[in-house]
Amino acid sequence: MTLDQIDKNEEAVIVKINCDRVLKNRFYSLGIVKFSKLTVKEKTLTSSTLEIEINNSKIALRISEAQKIEVTKV
Amino acid sequence: MNKIKIALVGQPNVGKSMLINSISNARLKVGNFSGVTVTKEIVFFDYKNYEFEIIDLPGAYSLNDFTIEEKVTKEFLENENYDIILNVLDSTNLQRNLFLTTELLALDKKMVLALNMIDEALNEAIKIDEKQLSTILGKPCVKTSAAKNIGINNLLETLINKFESEKFPTKLIFSDVIEEEIRNICEFLKESNYKTNNTYRELAIKLLKEDTNTYQFFQKEPIWINLQPLLNHSFEHIFLHFETKDIEEIFNDEKFSFAAGVVTETVKNNNKKNKTLSEKIDSLLINKFLGLPIFLFLMWGLFQLTFTVGNIPMDVIDSFFAKLIDQTKFYLGDNELSSVIADGAIAGVGSVILFLPNIMILFFGIALLETTGYMSRVAFLLDGFFHKFGLHGKSFIPLVTGFGCSVPAYMAARTLKNDKDRLLTLFIIGFMSCGARLPIYVLFVGAFFSKENAGNILFLIYISGAILGLIAAKVLKLVIFKNEDEPFVMEMPKYRMPSFKLIWHTVSNQALMYLKKAGTFILAASILIWFASNYPKDKEFENKINSMMKFAQNEIQIQALQNELALYNLENSYLGKLGKASEPFFEPLGFDWKMSVALETGLAAKEIVVSTLGILYGLGDEVLEDSKSLSSKIKENIPPASAISFIVFVMIYLPCLAASMVFAKEAGGWRYLAYLFVFTTSTAWILSFIAYKIASLIY
Repeated sequence: MTLDQIDKNEEAVIVKINCDRVLKNRFYSLGIVKFSKLTVKEKTLTSSTLEIEINNSKIALRISEAQKIEVTKV
Repeated sequence: MNKIKIALVGQPNVGKSMLINSISNARLKVGNFSGVTVTKEIVFFDYKNYEFEIIDLPGAYSLNDFTIEEKVTKEFLENENYDIILNVLDSTNLQRNLFLTTELLALDKKMVLALNMIDEALNEAIKIDEKQLSTILGKPCVKTSAAKNIGINNLLETLINKFESEKFPTKLIFSDVIEEEIRNICEFLKESNYKTNNTYRELAIKLLKEDTNTYQFFQKEPIWINLQPLLNHSFEHIFLHFETKDIEEIFNDEKFSFAAGVVTETVKNNNKKNKTLSEKIDSLLINKFLGLPIFLFLMWGLFQLTFTVGNIPMDVIDSFFAKLIDQTKFYLGDNELSSVIADGAIAGVGSVILFLPNIMILFFGIALLETTGYMSRVAFLLDGFFHKFGLHGKSFIPLVTGFGCSVPAYMAARTLKNDKDRLLTLFIIGFMSCGARLPIYVLFVGAFFSKENAGNILFLIYISGAILGLIAAKVLKLVIFKNEDEPFVMEMPKYRMPSFKLIWHTVSNQALMYLKKAGTFILAASILIWFASNYPKDKEFENKINSMMKFAQNEIQIQALQNELALYNLENSYLGKLGKASEPFFEPLGFDWKMSVALETGLAAKEIVVSTLGILYGLGDEVLEDSKSLSSKIKENIPPASAISFIVFVMIYLPCLAASMVFAKEAGGWRYLAYLFVFTTSTAWILSFIAYKIASLIY
């Protein structure tokens, strides 16, 4: 499953990231990498943007980016 | 005196600029969202016989080329001369911050680490063993808090020590496989006796990282013939070991595990997963249902404040300048000189300074949004909405800055990575009414609407400008900027109590910039406009009126004649001719020639629109002894429908000269400025025409 399918306050672990190098580097520098644990903190009303907590930072992502991150629920 | 040149590097929101402020009391803009320091800023100060030069580089999460900021920082660190890198880290988030540090270590320069926000780390029960950290990295680490002024002197001493001591070899260690290949390449370079300014290790790491510039350089070197097979062999070995051919991923994994390893060895986190204060605030401010209404309420409150509180000092300033003009004329007598000083210079600059309180309140509000970290939340809330119009959630930051001043707004747009996204944002920033347009709105709204309604109308003007901007964005996106969307991945920094000192810095900086404009550019423009509105003089007509005045039977007739002369002079002045010439263009919008002239002078700076109107309408009634305020003069002379149409035109047409220059620079060419001129002028004309027709039906 992908990150966008995780509900608010649920935890998940990143399994795979499917995207181009540029975005992957961006994910890396914000600590979004394979095997990291994350929690979905908030979703906007239309579920178009979500906030996750990962390694003690809060990151906002658009749904289209979340779909590129494969996760499993903890 | 020794000079120490320091490159200040850190991820966004680690308090870099604030640290500079605590060290040197410098004037620098500081903010709590990505992209405040877009260009590098340089600060000079002296400490103990040393002359410090600190270059505040744009915040970068890593040294990739993802954003322009990261590019600027990377290029500076790799190509410029400096003595020491000062890497600022957020103590509460060391692991992610160390990711950048690992990349800095690869540069192999003298480096000092500032573990900033140490007070917050203590509050969150995070313990850092900085001595251990120094040993692992081979670089001195100093605990600091820019906000609480902790460790600042210690940091300066450490920098001096570092400057005076020899450079140690860097301790960035990769896994055995990569270290082996680095050794191989270094040995080869040594054997070949290769001459370079960089260290062999640095070159080896760059080659293994497939750094494009390094390859381009080496391909022109004779050594390349033997280097290439060696590299091929190295890569084969590495790929085999890591089971992937993506060298970037391999190095990222390396850096990440290095950072994670360092953190396990040096940081003790006793944080009992309580909800932090930031999370509590966020549960309200970015709440699904409450978030947006709260945001809109805050914006509305800000504009109400700007109007109501701002009015109090305005009255004082207004009467001060009225007195000053009267006094000047009294002392200098009735002549050309007193007219140019009083009616040209003082009146022009006075009408600009009049709006200083409004502008300071507005900038105060925006600075507050920036420094608390609320700005990122707003981007989070609005991205879904903005995305529908083809904009990026991050476009919000330059757009909101546009409400203050277009110049920093254009520069803030650099946070957008994708060229087309950035251009699109640049094109619609002008729709966000800048602080300099505020005086025009305040003047017209004050003249035509009741006091109770004024705040609401002002809010309406700003909101409808923003909505028009969004519609324009959608149209431009569909017609011109067709492209893939830029990804939206953004850090949400912790909420921070705004430091009064920092906000004061920002607000006073803006106020000073505004006053400087008033003192120089606008002063010159005011005198020019005064000249253009007073010359050429028609002696014949003046004599005729003067002789007629001798036969006048009472005061009223004399006044009427004097009025006639003043108006005749104005209409036939250079300014009047210019306005008359463009009248056919503006006539369908309900503007007379005076309004046309005011708009044209507004191309230089929006503040001048008000001062031009002041001069134009002030001169016309000068002979009447009661000095009416500009507001009531405008009410007498301009029909309401034309006023509304005028407001609409001002909302949309080209920003001031300075902003236009910055726009051309940021967009990447003068032709874009030409596009912007055509785009804004035609939109402004069409919408003003519609507004005029509708308003004419109502009034």
